[in-house]
Amino acid sequence: MGGYGGYVWGSYIVTALLIAAEIIWVIQRRKVLLKRLARMSRLTKG
Amino acid sequence: MALAGINWFKYSSPASFYPLAGKMMPWFAGLAAVLTVVGLYMSFFVAPTDYKQGEAYRIMFIHVPAAWMSMFIYVVMAVYAALGLIFNTRLSAMMASSLAPTGAMFTFLALWTGALWGKPMWGTWWVWDARLTSELILLFLYIGFMSLEAAIDDPRRATRASGLLAIVGVVNVPIIYFSVQWWNTLHQGASISLDKAPSMATIMLVTMLVMTLAFWMYTIAIVLYRVRCEILERERHSEWVTELMEERK
Repeated sequence: MGGYGGYVWGSYIVTALLIAAEIIWVIQRRKVLLKRLARMSRLTKG
Repeated sequence: MALAGINWFKYSSPASFYPLAGKMMPWFAGLAAVLTVVGLYMSFFVAPTDYKQGEAYRIMFIHVPAAWMSMFIYVVMAVYAALGLIFNTRLSAMMASSLAPTGAMFTFLALWTGALWGKPMWGTWWVWDARLTSELILLFLYIGFMSLEAAIDDPRRATRASGLLAIVGVVNVPIIYFSVQWWNTLHQGASISLDKAPSMATIMLVTMLVMTLAFWMYTIAIVLYRVRCEILERERHSEWVTELMEERK
C-alpha cells in the first residue's frame, strides 16, 4: 500500500467491523424480542 | 404501470408493512452483498494508483460514500419524522427510529476514514474546519435523536420530541454540503457536481458509485430488518402480533 497500509486497512477493517456489529446487533435484538413475545403470548393464554 | 395499481396507503399500516418488509429485505441484502464484492474488487484491483495521493486515496471509496449516506439518511429520517408528526402515522416514526443507528454509523465512518486520510495527506487527524465540524454536529444530532427517544418513557412524547429534533437538525445537511463553498476550508470541494465534470478518472468515479450503491442497498436491508423489530416491539399488544406469535409456535 505504498506506506499507507495502516491508514487504508484501518479504514476498511473498521468499516467491516462496524457493519458486522450492526448486523449481529439487529439479529440478536430480533431473537430476544421474539423470545419475549412468545413468552408473553404463552402467559396470556395460560 | 403495474405499480400504479398498488394501494400504497395500505403499506403505511405496520401490520401490512411487516410482511412486505420481510419479503423485500433479502433482495436488498443480496444486492448489497454482490455490490460490496464488486466494489471491493474494483477498489483494490481495478482502480489504478493515484499519481498524487498514491494508495491512500483508496480510503475515498469508503469515505465519500459513507459521507453521502450520512447526509442522505438524515434527510430521509427527517422526512419520516415530519410525516409522523403531521399525519400521525405510526410507521413513519418507526422508520425514523430505524434509520438513526445506521445513519450514525455512516457518520462515524465518514469522520473516522476522513481522519485516516487526513493524517497522511494534510498532516493532521483533525482540523476544526467547517466541513469536519458540521459532520461532527451531524453525529451529535443522530446521537441526540436516539438518546432523546430512549430517555422518554411515553412512546408518543418520545416520538414527538425526537421527531422535532430531526426536523430542526436537517438544516445542518446543506451546511455540510455547501460548507466547502461558503467558507475557506482545508477540505476539498465536492467530488461530483451536477454542473461540472468529475474531478477524477472515470474508473475511480465508477468504483465510488458502486460502493455508494452497495452502502445504499445495505442501508435499505438493515433498516427493513430493524423496522420489523420496531413494529413487533411497539405493536406487541395488538391482535395481529398475538396471532403472528401463535402461528410461529
